[in-house]
Amino acid sequence: MFGWLKRIGSGRRATTRSDAVDRGIMVFEHTSEVIRCETLLKERELPVRVMGPPPEIQTGCDLVIEFPLIEELNIRRVLEQAGMLPLTIVPVTAPLLTPVDLFAVTDFGDYLMVRAANMKMTVARDTLEIVNISGGGCPDVPYLASEMVGKTLAAAPRPRDIGHTLCGYALQLAYEELCRRCSV
Amino acid sequence: MLGIVGTVPDIRVPLIHGPARLVDGHLRLADRRLPVNRGTPALLAAALKAAEYLDGPEIYAVLAGDRGTGQGSRSVYAFLTEQVRELDVQVLTFHYLLPDVDWHNKVLFAVEAMARRPLLIADAGFMYAAKMSGQASAYDFFTPDAGELAFLADAMAPHPFYTRGFILHQHNKVEELIHQAYRDDNAAAHLVVKGETDYIVRNDQVVATVGSPSFPAMEAIGGTGDTLTGLLSCLCGAGFEPTAAAVAAATANRLCGLFANPTPATQVAELIDAIPQALARAVRDRPA
Repeated sequence: MFGWLKRIGSGRRATTRSDAVDRGIMVFEHTSEVIRCETLLKERELPVRVMGPPPEIQTGCDLVIEFPLIEELNIRRVLEQAGMLPLTIVPVTAPLLTPVDLFAVTDFGDYLMVRAANMKMTVARDTLEIVNISGGGCPDVPYLASEMVGKTLAAAPRPRDIGHTLCGYALQLAYEELCRRCSV
Repeated sequence: MLGIVGTVPDIRVPLIHGPARLVDGHLRLADRRLPVNRGTPALLAAALKAAEYLDGPEIYAVLAGDRGTGQGSRSVYAFLTEQVRELDVQVLTFHYLLPDVDWHNKVLFAVEAMARRPLLIADAGFMYAAKMSGQASAYDFFTPDAGELAFLADAMAPHPFYTRGFILHQHNKVEELIHQAYRDDNAAAHLVVKGETDYIVRNDQVVATVGSPSFPAMEAIGGTGDTLTGLLSCLCGAGFEPTAAAVAAATANRLCGLFANPTPATQVAELIDAIPQALARAVRDRPA
């Protein structure tokens, strides 16, 4: 099942100059585990980023956590304590795919909509109630919409806490941008 | 018969399949009563409303509960891999499923083994998997919105979340993005690109555009893309030629706005109610 782990482990280590390797990636079975780990590690102010996996391990809806290898021991300790160890940790040198960081904002007058990647969230300006969530294609999108629509930005659950996919993660970015613009 | 497969955001729903019905504003499938506010149930509701007006086709649905972990999606994938040959469908529409290239390939392999290959429509997560698999050209329709078109045009992106910024910035250059998607073999035979203007594309040629009536608020309403795909699926299942089906579906979806007078806070169920009226006008006014 996890034959790809051998592919990324052996191949890259053998062909990479050791002095060029300063970053690693942590690979998890599910995107939701990546999101939880990112939250935990960022709370500890560890310098991690969520990124796209190398092509050889892409399955369709996945994230990895990139980190400086010099922090590996610290990170392992935090994750062990939380019982959230990754499937594997491997060094990387090739560029990884970067999550979208562009936002499109549409001002409807009484409503404000923010799009991040394929996800859009719309709030009523006067109440800051989330009135609609649109876009996306992963199965947690309808669930996120059912949990968030009708609640205010402050009261709604965060997509990163209840989402499981890249669409959920993109919705988190739209949500954060709306919170920033609405001073929540 | 039209087949529609996808998920519902309720993990208590096991794999269910059978003829779908719309009863008192709810979806009825295998003794379950499901709300139609968004996702695949919204697509199904739109298709069922359209089928009422068109007097067919019969709609067979395959659904499972999935909140994003992929468990329900995998049960749908496994069902299709084993059972799709038994389905007598002329059109098969794939919708909210967790993108998974391995499972996608198994399903497509099973579909290719059907005695009569149905017209294949891919939207949402299954469209992402179809593009990433490198087998986009096996499909008859993709129905991307502007952001998803940029994803199709970005040969490197395995998911819209990774679409590179310089491509996302070109969202107003729809035709260039369409050509780029076809150059890299990342588009289906037909596209319905949903946006301020809807583009109907056949084999890299824009064959029609639909830009009116226009209701900018509809972009904010979750599920308007699902209803368009539902209308398209139903019209194809009713025997409309693909381009004519796409034009009528895009027009009718917009006309729902005319009859529902939407704001950004309107919910898609309100638009679905307007489908019979909207479809009647779209079909009546279509070009000869």
